[in-house]
Amino acid sequence: MSQLKTAHSSSEDFPPVLALQNICKNFTGVRALNNVSLNLYPGQVTALVGENGAGKSTVVKILTGIHQPSSGEILLAGEQVQFATAHHAASAGVTAIHQETVLFDDLNVAENIYIGHAPRSRFGLIDTQAMRQQAKALLDDIGADISPTAMLRDLGIANKHMVAIARALSIDARVVIMDEPTAALSHKEINELYVLVEKLKSQGKAILFISHKFDEIFSIADRFTVFRDGGFIGEGKIKGVNESELVKMMVGRPVDQIFPTRQPDLGNEILQVSKYCHPTEFDDISFTLRRGEILGFYGLVGAGRSEVMQSLFGIKRPCSGTASVDGKRLEIRSPADAIAHGIVYVPEDRGKQGAITTLPIFQNVSLPSLQQTSRRGFIRLAQEFALTRKYTERLDLRAAALDQNVAELSGGNQQKVVIAKWLATQPKVIVLDEPTKGIDVGSKAAVHEFMAELASQGLAVIMVSSEIPEMLGMSDRVIVMREGRMVTELRGDSLTPETLVRHAAGIGEE
Amino acid sequence: MLKTILAARETLLLVAVLLLLLLVSSRFPAFIEIDNLVKVLTDTSPLIILALGQMLVIVTRCIDLSVAANLALTGMVVAMLNTAAPELPIVFTLLIAVSLGAVLGAINGLLVWRLAIPSIVVTLGTMTIFRGTIFLISDGQWINAHEMSEHFSQFPRGSVAGMPVLAWIAVLVTITAWIFIARTPTGRAFFAVGSNPHASVYTGIDVGRTQCIAFIISGALAGLTGYLWVARYAVAYVDIASGFELEVVAACVIGGIAIAGGQGSVVGVLLGAIFLGVVKNALPVVNISPFWQLAISGAAILIAVAFNSRSSQSRGRLILKEAEQST
Ligand SMILES: Nc1ncnc2c1ncn2[C@@H]1O[C@H](COP(=O)(O)OP(=O)(O)OP(=O)(O)O)[C@@H](O)[C@H]1O
Ligand SMILES: [Mg+2]
Repeated sequence: MSQLKTAHSSSEDFPPVLALQNICKNFTGVRALNNVSLNLYPGQVTALVGENGAGKSTVVKILTGIHQPSSGEILLAGEQVQFATAHHAASAGVTAIHQETVLFDDLNVAENIYIGHAPRSRFGLIDTQAMRQQAKALLDDIGADISPTAMLRDLGIANKHMVAIARALSIDARVVIMDEPTAALSHKEINELYVLVEKLKSQGKAILFISHKFDEIFSIADRFTVFRDGGFIGEGKIKGVNESELVKMMVGRPVDQIFPTRQPDLGNEILQVSKYCHPTEFDDISFTLRRGEILGFYGLVGAGRSEVMQSLFGIKRPCSGTASVDGKRLEIRSPADAIAHGIVYVPEDRGKQGAITTLPIFQNVSLPSLQQTSRRGFIRLAQEFALTRKYTERLDLRAAALDQNVAELSGGNQQKVVIAKWLATQPKVIVLDEPTKGIDVGSKAAVHEFMAELASQGLAVIMVSSEIPEMLGMSDRVIVMREGRMVTELRGDSLTPETLVRHAAGIGEE
Repeated sequence: MLKTILAARETLLLVAVLLLLLLVSSRFPAFIEIDNLVKVLTDTSPLIILALGQMLVIVTRCIDLSVAANLALTGMVVAMLNTAAPELPIVFTLLIAVSLGAVLGAINGLLVWRLAIPSIVVTLGTMTIFRGTIFLISDGQWINAHEMSEHFSQFPRGSVAGMPVLAWIAVLVTITAWIFIARTPTGRAFFAVGSNPHASVYTGIDVGRTQCIAFIISGALAGLTGYLWVARYAVAYVDIASGFELEVVAACVIGGIAIAGGQGSVVGVLLGAIFLGVVKNALPVVNISPFWQLAISGAAILIAVAFNSRSSQSRGRLILKEAEQST
């Protein structure tokens, strides 16, 4: 540890290994970046913070050659460079874990990690053996328990994310960029990621770390840079600021990060799930939910929480067990059935299961509510826009216009569109799977407040989340799952960060 | 709203069509006289109707290669019906043509939906089956003009307000398609399914069922065109409209329908079909061999596809080119 410290302090003297100067970036009609600068130092973690749509991911894309800046300079070790393609950036030693991971469903894990730079045998052919071994070593390194020969499509989203991390690290890099790497991970994987970051630091790599979680930023970063609305606000050492100062720089005003205080006024029992089983994914799941209640589901990644919810929503078929709403037993064969019974599910994989990115915002939001916005079979556009406006405004969506394509929104804003879409159906029971994933502090508070308000109006909420503060702050009751089974139910005084972690990991004190 | 209607691609296509007309009329002014333009539109009507049906199928990430065979089979059936019952009112003929076409489309749709066979395989199969069926029911015989009753073969040619019924039907189908796509939940579902089938499932849309509906509509329109075609040309035999399915797909592609699904507009398809129609009608006028026509259509397809993929690639990059040049 002391060695690490000296490495840090000496590196203060080094010039930045990678620097952006006066970068501007225009998209059709939108100025995403306006004269921003960013410095990355060897052996240091720089946290880039900003609200949804501040331009963080755009910077990442410029640094990795996916987008070209409209003006401004990129300096690599003091020399001006141009990253015309992703390949250029990679061979210059810049690698990134992107916010929206781009992997290949039909290739296996090792192939996904090494596609484009696979180890070759003597004859110039891909050396599958070596590739698998190296992939295994990499995965072990980041603490991911994934077989290199598993097909990617069979992995859950968190494991896919680990593969993306392994892929980024398979390139020998000077600069490692992580765009919200922990958004889908639970504490176990996050801790392993921290260890990894420390290791990269000690190897003298410069790290750009993007996150909306402040505990994370303060425990891992050495420096920070703040963007707001595509502009550069400031930078400095993390030791010199506290959380509220950072939030204020980011949002432009102080933000209340306190969870809404709720006096849960629980109504009658609305949902009963009893003895839900699935041959491979979960076993013996029983719980009840009352009107106005927020029920949390906590567990490590892969504990089967999302799978249970998908069964409830008709995506997967449980092999036995029943679910009933208002005492009436349900036959849920498809999502359409679930929606008809007032159960909706906000999926965790926004890119794949949530947003329809080539359609405009208003068509996304209204898609499951078209009955509500049409008359005699014809959609009324005015109603459709009104509905969209109502819910997106509540969630603090930042977009140029409601007929903008969702693909053009920042990650966090896409998430808001997906949440709005499901709230607009006015369900009885809503299942939110990682609802605030990728959402900034201000909007997170807006989402939480909205959740609390809807619960107080009698909506029953199930919240699957890997964020402990959110679990503690929002839930009336938490069910902890481990390896496809319910381990315990926590409430009141027994609901603490320690008990959550302990039961989820299935060990005594960690 | 106006902005979305006149999205760049459609405007460009419109300009191309107008340029083409200008070019031809500079040497043959008669080409752009109203009468001739109506003739070109009438000539292009079957293509327009079929392309609109095909558009729905392609938007849902499928393709219907059996439209021309469906057209020929339905055409033969109504023609034979006409010889058997010459007095049958036209309304019934139309009804039978549309229903039979829809049933044939439903066969495609059900195979794609229930058995999850790729649509290109299904429709290649049904295409040959439909053609084979024509041979079986007709014994390979032709049905000629004199065997058809007057009102049967005259209906598409009848003129209303100076334009043949055939062209009016194309106009009607276009308007209906536009409203259907812009303003009905089912119309929306086609685009949702094509652009992200996974998310559509999570939204409660049945992907297979939606695709099946697209095939049924495409089939129904093919059936309708089957009657119109047979009546207009006053002949029915095994090989009518042979290869026409490729022209239909071409009209869609030129009109900016993304083969990967989820994107496209009625206006685009309309212009795509009209573009091909103008080329087809103009070349004989300027005395260019019909072989050139194929080459020109082919070139138009390649240009359109290249243009589509380039514009959808990354709008950011296209801007950069300007930015780079200006610095
Ligand atoms: N392809 C695009 N076309 C048009 N606008 C875009 C495009 N990509 C991004 N933008 C816009 O650029 C701005 C910055 O987006 P960016 O993705 O960089 O935000 P971000 O800081 O990463 O936000 P988040 O925290 O939500 O991930 C946003 O206003 C977004 O709408
Ligand atoms: Mg982002």
